[in-house]
Amino acid sequence: MSKKRFRIEDISKPSRQFQHVDRAELMPLPAPLDDPSQEPEWTPLSEEACETYEASLDDTLLLNIPKPASAEEEQALVVKFLSGLEKLFDPDNNWPFLRQLVTTIEHCANCQTCSESCHIYEASGQSPIYRPTCRTEVLRRIYYKYLVPGGKYFAKWRHGDIDLNWTAVARLGELSYRCNLCRRCAQTCPVGCDNGLVAREIRKLFSQELGIFTPELHKNGAVLQLARGSSTGMNSLVVKDNVEFIDEEMEEKVGYKVETPWDVEGADVLLIHNAGEIMAWPENPGAFSVILNAAGINWTLASEPVAYDSINYGLFYDDVMLSKVVVRHAQAARKLGVKKIVIGECGHAHKALTVIADRVLTGELNIPRESSMTLLRDIVMNDMIELDPSRNDFPVTLHDPCNLVRLMGVVEPQRQILRKICPHFREMTPHGVDNYCCGGGSGFAIHSKHNFEEWRFKVAGRKKLSQILGAFQDCMDPEVNKYVCAPCSNCKGQIRDILKNYDLWEKNHILYGGLVELIVNAMVDVPPGFLEWRWQ
Amino acid sequence: MDLAVHLISYASIAVFLLAVVTRFLRIQRYPINLRWEVYPVPSEGARSRHGGSRLEEVDWWEKEQKKDHVTEMRHMIPEMVFLQALFEHNRKLWLRSFPFHFGLYLLAGCGGILFVAALLSLAGITLPALLLSGAGLVGAVGVVLSLLGALGLIWMRFFDKDLVPYTNASHVFNLVFFVVALGLLVLACREAAWDIGAFQAYVESLLRGDLSRASGGPWMQAALIVLSLLVAWVPLTHMSHFFVKWFTWHKIRWDDEPNVRGGRIEKLVQQALESPVSWSAAHIGADGKKSWGDLAVEEMEKE
Ligand code: SF4
Ligand code: SF4
Repeated sequence: MSKKRFRIEDISKPSRQFQHVDRAELMPLPAPLDDPSQEPEWTPLSEEACETYEASLDDTLLLNIPKPASAEEEQALVVKFLSGLEKLFDPDNNWPFLRQLVTTIEHCANCQTCSESCHIYEASGQSPIYRPTCRTEVLRRIYYKYLVPGGKYFAKWRHGDIDLNWTAVARLGELSYRCNLCRRCAQTCPVGCDNGLVAREIRKLFSQELGIFTPELHKNGAVLQLARGSSTGMNSLVVKDNVEFIDEEMEEKVGYKVETPWDVEGADVLLIHNAGEIMAWPENPGAFSVILNAAGINWTLASEPVAYDSINYGLFYDDVMLSKVVVRHAQAARKLGVKKIVIGECGHAHKALTVIADRVLTGELNIPRESSMTLLRDIVMNDMIELDPSRNDFPVTLHDPCNLVRLMGVVEPQRQILRKICPHFREMTPHGVDNYCCGGGSGFAIHSKHNFEEWRFKVAGRKKLSQILGAFQDCMDPEVNKYVCAPCSNCKGQIRDILKNYDLWEKNHILYGGLVELIVNAMVDVPPGFLEWRWQ
Repeated sequence: MDLAVHLISYASIAVFLLAVVTRFLRIQRYPINLRWEVYPVPSEGARSRHGGSRLEEVDWWEKEQKKDHVTEMRHMIPEMVFLQALFEHNRKLWLRSFPFHFGLYLLAGCGGILFVAALLSLAGITLPALLLSGAGLVGAVGVVLSLLGALGLIWMRFFDKDLVPYTNASHVFNLVFFVVALGLLVLACREAAWDIGAFQAYVESLLRGDLSRASGGPWMQAALIVLSLLVAWVPLTHMSHFFVKWFTWHKIRWDDEPNVRGGRIEKLVQQALESPVSWSAAHIGADGKKSWGDLAVEEMEKE
């Protein structure tokens, strides 16, 4: 369907593809990617995928809802969806987000002010289904027509028409996974509505009522974490082994013994890393160990299952899974009797364990929790370690993870550090609480099946890519090493994938990494060259 | 007819109050919600300039944190009066929406003065004529601004490419309702020879319960009926956002209230955690009896 003739109600009408984003419509990028003809065409979804799953929303596919085998199956999905929708508006079943949901559904003026703020909408060349309001409007119309008394007679007139059928439900589920949950749209709404929240509520309905989610978030994510201790699959023994190996690597690099403490009872700080760092970017947990030891912090990691992995994918799709993980983190901290929990470089873990957990944990489980950004800031700014900024003599820009910055207000600590230790630090435009999501938010960074990775690069990550290129326009020469600092595991994965996709390390020497690596790189008692300037 | 006009006004005011109170209490009585701020949060004071929160401090829970209500008001007032967010993010719409809303505020201000004037007149006090004329002028400016704004908004609802797919019959109906009401008000003013006293007299008769008192000529009667119905209608629609913003901004986006052990929030959270869960997906393990608290600590069955 063309953009011009787009109508919300057409989401219910079966068609081969509801919306397509043409390569030529994509938001233009700055140099050196300013030639749109260099942008590859979409790899079409395979025939098999299209035959097996509901794949008619747009150019990609994530949720893999199997096509129904019979009319009964179609109807069953619709009925279940409605029962889930009812629960979304029920104070017992949805106390955590009922107030936010009702105020958004009932009071949106449909003014579309929020659209311009969405990087996905903008990067797609304003594809109508990627408007923040699109999925909310579909849900709103279904709610008023099918759940509110009298809806059959008045809802069409008062709220717009829609037919509830299998196509609409399946497409709506898929559409809820075209939003990074970055809530930049919520920041601009004059009424205070939150379309990011609605995307999450739809995901939640699908998970909690229909048992439909992505395996990356659920089976291989939250479930694996709760069952084995970490979504990486590492159990306690393996994680300790791996960290020991990282300590040895660090020892080689810094020239003195590095020992990561485990299970120290009564420690001042229980540090929880995103365990993905241990596997994918071992220099990050290694650098934490070097800094905290050098600063004389009384700290520990916990080997209790779940407590050595800060991830909490429930934040992206399921309140029950979210609360189970939060409780396990707090229980481990209580068992060790630590004074506080500090969260490593992982944005969504920050948000889940600080502000969201704040109204899940009570009594003895309500153990103080804070960001590693503040602890690191104090270490750096109070000269608890000796630093030589000239070691970081290269352009550095900072990505603001949405969960940490816009949604928690931790904005300055990481900047204070960078201003002190990176003489060529420059901001992206815009930055801080006005930042754009990296495009990997809400778990997208760990999703690549079918051609979803392409969608992550072409659409979701396009604005961030444009920002990164913008920040380095004065030094694109590959002779100059450049560093994108992303103090979040998920964002780092997405930025890695974007840079790789557009060959920006090979061609322009743009590298990415965390914050602690830059700190260690500037530590006087560490031999120069902690950052190795090689792609990994 | 005079009786009918009075009765419609009374009924409309009653519906308005009832609708506002009911909606407010419904949202207020929901269980406590999870924190869901979007920064900047102005009550964070100086930190809010860069969008920061108390979470930027080491051991923030040990430090005294006071909400900065002055900064909050400095953000609230421009938002309420000038529609700041719309001005910043959607100038095209603001050019229509601001006159519409600001005109209504002026009209409400004029109505407020008429109400006070009528009250005082019941006590035998007469407001200076100049003040009443001033109120009349404010009201007139309000009508013109609102009327222009409403017409501009109708135009956008029909022709703006962003709004068209999201425009339903009630959006147009609401705006036309305003245009008709405001247009009738202009005709009523002309009928009353632009004398604000005619309106004051009607408010007075409402206050006295003097149902048989003449409510004016046909245009005046029509205006009073349609305006009354509009007053009743607004809080029954999404336009109730004029007061629901208190929740969306103050209680959600700018909530920023941590849960302190043994405190008020903790009690509310404990209550909420006792709510039974009936979500039916297998991994939830709910049975309609187990509570959120039970499920949070329950081991997952290996999948
Ligand atoms: S969510 Fe807010 S900004 Fe977006 S259309 Fe609704 S009222 Fe307008
Ligand atoms: S939350 Fe972010 S990605 Fe989702 S609609 Fe809003 S701005 Fe777009």
